[in-house]
Amino acid sequence: MTEPGFFGQVLEWFTDPANWTGDFGIPNRLLEHVVMSAVSVGIAVVVALPLAMYIGHRRRLERLVVSVANVGRAIPSFGLLFLFVLWLGVGLSSPPALRPAIILALVLLAIPPILTNAYVGIQGVEDDTLEAARGMGMSEWAILFRLEIPLGMPLIVAGLRTAAVQVVATATLGAVVAGGGLGRYIIDGFAVRDLPQIFAGAVLVALLAILVDLMIGGAGRVFSPRTATRRSREPERGIELGAT
Amino acid sequence: MTGAPFWSWEWVGRNLDLILDQTLQHLWLTFLAVGIGLLISFPLSVVAYRRRALYPPIAWVTGTLYTIPSLALFAFLMPFTGLSTLTAEIGLVSYTLLILIRNIVTGLRGVPPEVREAARGMGYTDPQLLWRIELPLALPAIVAGVRIATVTTIGLVTVTALIGQGGLGALMLGGFRGLYPDLAIVIGVVLSVALAVAADLLLFAGQRWVTPWSRQAGARMVAT
Repeated sequence: MTEPGFFGQVLEWFTDPANWTGDFGIPNRLLEHVVMSAVSVGIAVVVALPLAMYIGHRRRLERLVVSVANVGRAIPSFGLLFLFVLWLGVGLSSPPALRPAIILALVLLAIPPILTNAYVGIQGVEDDTLEAARGMGMSEWAILFRLEIPLGMPLIVAGLRTAAVQVVATATLGAVVAGGGLGRYIIDGFAVRDLPQIFAGAVLVALLAILVDLMIGGAGRVFSPRTATRRSREPERGIELGAT
Repeated sequence: MTGAPFWSWEWVGRNLDLILDQTLQHLWLTFLAVGIGLLISFPLSVVAYRRRALYPPIAWVTGTLYTIPSLALFAFLMPFTGLSTLTAEIGLVSYTLLILIRNIVTGLRGVPPEVREAARGMGYTDPQLLWRIELPLALPAIVAGVRIATVTTIGLVTVTALIGQGGLGALMLGGFRGLYPDLAIVIGVVLSVALAVAADLLLFAGQRWVTPWSRQAGARMVAT
């Protein structure tokens, strides 16, 4: 038997039953990655969406949105992880998917894209439309929930999509500061120069990121109002805040 | 993290060379990535602008690259190009493509058709039209793309410390691993943000200087 080539070794890694069971197995690492990302994006949505609705509807504090977007772009996500670990410690007493320092960094990363996109979507409703709605006697709440949010939906979802993809990417980096998730395969592989494992980890992380991107893009098309123009029914990428 | 006091300015004083070197390395890696990114993006954008059918596939490929997390992209390349600057740059350049191509194409498409017609009427050939009319008019949008790409790359370069490329990420990583005091983490993050802000302002000032006619329009385009 000859030694299998590099891709043969990667295939061996994927078919090794040991990599599919227990805490170090792919199902558990994937679950950790998804839980870590979902919790962070969830918290960010709870913080950013109401804020975007207020600012977008009232057209107040608009400078705040621009500042948050600019600051969000300039801060390196990798550095943010280290800063919070410096402050809160790595948090080994909490489960690998819920280390406080990592979650906090991920939440802060997810807020700018959600806030800016939702704001742009909500305030983008044309003045004529708003005047017509007020003329018809619609209340401010009705205008927000039946007009501005549905019409802004493509961008709201676009922000969610950008945030989710960034969070999935940065959750991978969380492995550097002892977090769980699929990044573990890459970081642990670096430590022992296990190239097939590093490559396999990269495949898993990339697939998850692309899948999240496609799924939220698809959901965006389903939830967009029929009245929206054709262009905005396309999967929006929204306002980018940088790769991670 | 070491047991040294947090504000160990003495360490900073003794390691100014290290901090300066890593800052310069950070800038060099960023400059290479955005420079090579532009060299690749520009011809691709012109082709995608002239032949509209080519834009969607180019956007799809660069969009997919953009979605792949940086650590995964470096990890994909590791078995082939090792812990090298090449690995770092292939990854970093990949991320600039989507931003640059989108902005260059948007800028070129924004040239008013009347302007193009007039230039053609005056006998401009395709290359003359591109270099003397379309490119200067698209410059504010292109610079807006270069600014986003530069700021993004400065953030991403921190990650290349994991594949042994130095830069400000090496200060952060060293601080975390106890090689340097905790303060090194803060210095790394602060300098990285400072570089991003400074690069952004410099590029913006540069653009206003070379395209004085766009001073009103350019400022607005940049906000998104």
